[in-house]
Amino acid sequence: MMEHDIVIIGGGPAGLAAAVAARKAGIQDILILERDSCLGGILNQCIHNGFGLHTFKEELTGPEYAARYIAMAEEEKIPYRLNTMVIDISKEKEVTFINREEGLSTVKAKAVILAMGCRERPRGALNIPGYRPAGIYSAGTAQRLMNIEGYSVGKEVVILGSGDIGLIMARRMTLEGAKVKVVAELMPYSGGLKRNIVQCLDDYGIPLKLSHTVVDIQGKERVTGITLAEVGPDRKPIPGTEEHYDCDTLLLSVGLIPENELSRGIGVTMSPVTSGPEVNDCLETSQEGIFACGNVLHVHDLVDYVSEEATLAGRNAAAYVQAMEKSSEEESGEESGEKAGKKAGHQVPLKAENGVRYTVPQTLDIVNMQDSVTVRFRVADVYKDRYITVSYDGNTVLRRKKKVLAPGEMEQIVLKKESFSDYPELKNIVIRTEVE
Amino acid sequence: MKETSFDVAVIGAGVTGCAIARELSRYNLKVCVTEREEDVCSGTSKANSAIVHAGYDAVPGSQKARFNVEGNRMMEALSKDLEFDFKQNGSLVLCFAQEDMPALEELYQKGVTNGVEGLQILTGDQVREMEPNVTDTVVAALYAPTGGIVCPFGLTIALAENACENGVEFLFNTGIESVKKTESGYDLEAGDTLIHASCVVNAAGVYADTFHNMVSEKKIHITPRKGDYCLLDKEAGTHVSHTIFQLPGKLGKGILVAPTVHGNLLTGPTARDIEDKEGTATTADGLAEVMEKAGLGVKNIPFRQVITSFCGLRAHEDGDDFLIGEAEDAPGFFDAAGIESPGLSSAPAIGVYLAELVAAKLGAEKKESWNGKRKGFLRPEKMSREERAALIKEHPEYGTIICRCEGVSEGEILDAIHRRPGAVSLDGIKRRVRQGMGRCQAGFCTPRTMEILARELGITMEEICKNAPGSNMLTGEKQEGAAL
Amino acid sequence: MEVRELICIGCPLGCPLTVRMEGSEISVTGNTCKRGEDYAKKEVLSPTRIVTSSVPVKGGVIGMVSVKTKSDIPKDKIFQVMKEIHEASAQAPVAIGDVIIPDCAGTGIPVIATKAVEAKA
Repeated sequence: MMEHDIVIIGGGPAGLAAAVAARKAGIQDILILERDSCLGGILNQCIHNGFGLHTFKEELTGPEYAARYIAMAEEEKIPYRLNTMVIDISKEKEVTFINREEGLSTVKAKAVILAMGCRERPRGALNIPGYRPAGIYSAGTAQRLMNIEGYSVGKEVVILGSGDIGLIMARRMTLEGAKVKVVAELMPYSGGLKRNIVQCLDDYGIPLKLSHTVVDIQGKERVTGITLAEVGPDRKPIPGTEEHYDCDTLLLSVGLIPENELSRGIGVTMSPVTSGPEVNDCLETSQEGIFACGNVLHVHDLVDYVSEEATLAGRNAAAYVQAMEKSSEEESGEESGEKAGKKAGHQVPLKAENGVRYTVPQTLDIVNMQDSVTVRFRVADVYKDRYITVSYDGNTVLRRKKKVLAPGEMEQIVLKKESFSDYPELKNIVIRTEVE
Repeated sequence: MKETSFDVAVIGAGVTGCAIARELSRYNLKVCVTEREEDVCSGTSKANSAIVHAGYDAVPGSQKARFNVEGNRMMEALSKDLEFDFKQNGSLVLCFAQEDMPALEELYQKGVTNGVEGLQILTGDQVREMEPNVTDTVVAALYAPTGGIVCPFGLTIALAENACENGVEFLFNTGIESVKKTESGYDLEAGDTLIHASCVVNAAGVYADTFHNMVSEKKIHITPRKGDYCLLDKEAGTHVSHTIFQLPGKLGKGILVAPTVHGNLLTGPTARDIEDKEGTATTADGLAEVMEKAGLGVKNIPFRQVITSFCGLRAHEDGDDFLIGEAEDAPGFFDAAGIESPGLSSAPAIGVYLAELVAAKLGAEKKESWNGKRKGFLRPEKMSREERAALIKEHPEYGTIICRCEGVSEGEILDAIHRRPGAVSLDGIKRRVRQGMGRCQAGFCTPRTMEILARELGITMEEICKNAPGSNMLTGEKQEGAAL
Repeated sequence: MEVRELICIGCPLGCPLTVRMEGSEISVTGNTCKRGEDYAKKEVLSPTRIVTSSVPVKGGVIGMVSVKTKSDIPKDKIFQVMKEIHEASAQAPVAIGDVIIPDCAGTGIPVIATKAVEAKA
């Protein structure tokens, strides 16, 4: 069986950044496995601008952002396989994949980085009643057909869901000559970035109807229309508020789900909130030596943060491999049993409370951690003038005022190692929002 | 007008029509199956409970009772001959109150009278031991070990392919508009096609009354009985292992909860009588009812994991039984009408019975060579590592995965397209090899599958349909300049 | 005095901006950085946008190449720019930054490729 130091599952922004970081940290033997026919992942179809402001200090389109990382990976001569589907990963880090050329192969890795990204929630998950004609697309599928294949998926469009892809597609279809009649959002707030609401909807006079949903789909062969209704605080349609729209297309942008079939197959502990693996501050899953980053870990708002997170995962995977090699060199040595040469750690759980839905990472090793660790999270609702507080065993150590917090935007705080020096026996770290 | 002649024309390529066609293909007869849609299994056969009923439910002495029990007995062997997915998982009919015990007893007695084997009445505790997720209120259940689950697409497509292999012709996009008695048989008109047939078999589902009434004075009436279903992710597929029914009420068998042969969990159907024979739209009320009533028998169904919902129409005849046989006042016109539940279970037996009647009518002999076996689709996912590696080596297209959720390769999609009758639409591929049937519901694989379909059929992307003509996926090329 | 409420699109923060205009005097509040002020002034005086799309490629390994206006163009020219993009095509090989339309809709700004497309072998 072929062996590699690090095998990375996915050649999108997360996989690429992780690979580059691992190589820079000194790991030579890396393999990226990508299921699509090119590297870059979903960025290839995100032809709009707005990427890279944090990473490159300039505004790039998706393909340009991808090209930068692809160039780095190629410069580092990191091997990759395209059109290659990983079908199984074992606890022992044996990765089985298939492609046309090699057929079915298994390689053994010292460390694995999960970077499979996410997928869109389909219509079925919403249980929208009505017919099941052609013309109902998840926004990303329509985006691919338009931007990569060059086809028109519809002429008169209603969009359900104001996630970023839905907003981007509202503008995209408008520019290509389609009439986008309305964007409906179940929640009383948009799930997308504000600038996308301004630039994609307001610029083109496309109405956004908050607290609305699709209650019927008409059309036997192709969509001929849909019915919208307002929903109450319980998110159930209010009878009598139905409005009909003629359209040939219904686009759905109703949420993204981390694609963790492989992770579940390994048996790593999953978070029911993020639908991604639970990780420690090294972005290591419950299975030693298996790391996760990017949208497979939790759905991000900006690719810049994906790159940042993946860079960390790449470095930590590299450190893991190096520590493993070191400890195997010192095989006959005295202090075996310690995990990959690390000092005995002190894992502290991070708890999300009062409006904070989750945190990534979910645990923090206050002994072995880097000088600082970025904790990312999302909030449960739109909040104005709230504080984000961090407390160690009930003592507030950080309190930051936020003018506005929204579920569509990822928040982050940085915890410094030195802040734990007074808490050697720390039991928990709580992150919450507070009104005053 | 294009004229063709057949000994037998079967109207409808659902499971019943295909079963009859396959049985007819044993004889020296020129047989066609006409279908108004673009593919087989496009009406009632595609949207039902996917259940092979044991046969305790039908009124003793009825056609339903007879064909159900016979069909059930045939299914296992047929599934081996034709390589479709079938599993005898056993079924349970739950009883929730002591005062309903007589009804359960009655069901047991009906089953015994109908010839159903192995029936047993279990106590609530016995039931919960078999199925830990049934509700605590269950006091008893009728257990039928011969109850089964089947892939309705797999069954229908297998029957159609085997019929085709044995010489039956399938005429798709051929909606029959009129059936007229002639001296030598019947003339069937569909657009600019005129079909002369000595005998006609009416297996037209919810439209069977329309065709019957064209030739017979003894009118029949079919009511589409609508049923909404929810299909859950494979993660929920082991929530129950048997098919769980509730004691039947006036409008059918209630809401069932069952695993599917592919490992999903299926719940449904509702039962609402409607007039519209095309009324396959789910309703909010219907879906809510499915969720509510399914919970009566099985607890903690993870409805968050619904991946799709759909609606099917059962062809309910006023007489509340199958109408099978030659129409009294229309010699040579054979009905397979009113085929509602347990139609899927009964189809193989109806096929044998009707084919024999038709063959006798025409004095047809059995063919000397008839191949009753059909190879199922290759399923690399189910192969051993070595087999799969060898397959990809020989056929690299099995190494390109198109549908991630169900692990379907390009090789399987090509197989679906190039068989006869082959898939010509996205749904046709889906029903044959499960592309797009998984939890992302074709989000990723739609563009790739469209490309393959366009390439293999030599049509443009704009011509690709989800199913019937008119269900085009695209509304044109994005730019005028793109057609370079 | 004219007052306009805007949402800054300079970055994901989306600061709510208040722009007060008194003659040529423009004051901006609500911004957290300089970019917010610049954006607000520009948005009330001469709003601009980057336009992105994709055009067909002849002789390439893929059929479409993504493009953008090299810098912002006036907002009211968006559809004119799109019209020209609709008529454009590229010839493989294409490199990122290759000019697809030299001067788009009379803005003086070129439309450039945002993706490399190799020529079909």
